[in-house]
Amino acid sequence: MFLYLPIAEISVNVIVFLSLGIAVGTLSGIFGVGGGFLMTPLLIFFGIPPAVAVGTEANQIVASSVSGVLAHWRRGNVDFKMGSILLIGGIIGSTFGVWLFRVLRELGQIDLVIMLSYVIFLGTIGLLMFVESLRTMVRSRSGAGSRRKLHQHNFLHGLPFKMRFRRSKLYISALLPLLIGVIVGILSAIMGVGGGFIMVPAMIYLLGMPTSVVVGTSLFQIIFVTANATFLQATFNQTVDVVLALLLMVGAVIGAQIGTQLGAKLRGEQLRILLALMVLAVCSKIVYDLVATPDELFIMVTGAAH
Amino acid sequence: MIAAVSIFGLWLAVLLQGTAAASTENPVVVDLSKDFVAITAGFTGTEVLLFGTTAGKGQVVVIVEGPAVNATIRHKERVAGIWVNGDEVAFENVPAFYQVLATGSLDEWLPLPLRETNQIGVEYLQIRPLGDVDPATAAEYRNALIRNKQLAGHYGKVEGRMTIVGGRLFRSTVFFPADVPVGVYNIRTYLIDNKRVVSSQVMPLTINKTGLEADLYRVAHKHSALYGIAAIVIAILAGLGGNMLFRRNR
Repeated sequence: MFLYLPIAEISVNVIVFLSLGIAVGTLSGIFGVGGGFLMTPLLIFFGIPPAVAVGTEANQIVASSVSGVLAHWRRGNVDFKMGSILLIGGIIGSTFGVWLFRVLRELGQIDLVIMLSYVIFLGTIGLLMFVESLRTMVRSRSGAGSRRKLHQHNFLHGLPFKMRFRRSKLYISALLPLLIGVIVGILSAIMGVGGGFIMVPAMIYLLGMPTSVVVGTSLFQIIFVTANATFLQATFNQTVDVVLALLLMVGAVIGAQIGTQLGAKLRGEQLRILLALMVLAVCSKIVYDLVATPDELFIMVTGAAH
Repeated sequence: MIAAVSIFGLWLAVLLQGTAAASTENPVVVDLSKDFVAITAGFTGTEVLLFGTTAGKGQVVVIVEGPAVNATIRHKERVAGIWVNGDEVAFENVPAFYQVLATGSLDEWLPLPLRETNQIGVEYLQIRPLGDVDPATAAEYRNALIRNKQLAGHYGKVEGRMTIVGGRLFRSTVFFPADVPVGVYNIRTYLIDNKRVVSSQVMPLTINKTGLEADLYRVAHKHSALYGIAAIVIAILAGLGGNMLFRRNR
């Protein structure tokens, strides 16, 4: 069964894209990441123009995050205060990101920047997570598992504008979550991701937030940042395909529910290794595409006559 | 079946018209099975039947040409191991779609000057580079443009062959792929006899998005902000709806 996408301007197989939505949605439910970091490259691999993949994916993440955050909210796993600070940064970042996206698109370099961003961030995060999870697993297996301190004190605690985040049991400078928000916002606009895969490790390792509230809080923030990115991409770049987004949403919403329930039953360290491996696999595929000699060395971009 | 009968009917009508016209000033008559191709939600490409008749003398060549657009060709270069977009050449007057159909091998009966003046065959398309580009580079990029278009199925790799029935009737199909460029197409038909154009006919064919697809495209480009807000509202509703659905089942 085929469906013509009005903005991407191609005809796609409905079953393939629904399945994609369910598969990625399940993963996003388990790991509390928007799933965009997997979905956007997959959409591009399946022939959606990169710019449309990025804009549409931002739209779809709004839906999966709304769906996901409710489950976490019910369990009280959302730190709204921390989320709001991250959000302010996120709005600033995503607005700047959409502008940057437009400039790069006019220069003909947007596809390259999208791909390179994926390589850098997926590669770094994937490796870090992989090593960290392996180390924790080895430590817990040898039986010498010492309790982790709530958080370590470092230079980050010397920053001004300290705030108390009750739900996260933290007393830290608001500048830190704000900066994380800005960076994640830029990525959300350029890469078509919610940024969960950056934010979750940043919240755990940089801010020292308890793992239980990290997922819910990042989802809460992602809703608004991706909504902002969707609006701006639609307004300035016309790269949001609602038909494609709806197709992915249906799949992702189903998947997210399955994933959230699965995630509660599985062990954290194993999950993190699994996610790390997946991140590294997507990263390798993109590196291959960038390095392998293409069949056709000239590419074409068409536009209406002036 | 019904379609086949109606096409046969059309054909018959053309045949009658053709024989009548043959004695007067219209030695070639052509028509299409439709003059409007609607791109709807289920569109996966379509075939349009082209058929016509001649007075019995000469060969027929038909050019299906899409609207003129601008195209930019970028050359990929290896920088530090990865392929990046390097130099580019922009072209104007590029037909978005181009196919040639003929009743026989063009080389045998169509002289080169005629092909040049009437732009018959991709190598004779008057695609011009924008700005100051040296001829060798322009030619290289122009060839790349044609290759890209052929790969997309928008340009024919070779001319299509039309079947001739009874020495007078000819017919062929033109395939428009799912990502066919929209706009007004021109179907140019030439009757060539004794290496001269004896008769010609130009017919329009409109390809456009219709229904919901067209509305969405229009709103996305004309009322972008509204479209963006609608997209967000749909996403929120989809998220809430999905969550409620699953909560009730639990």
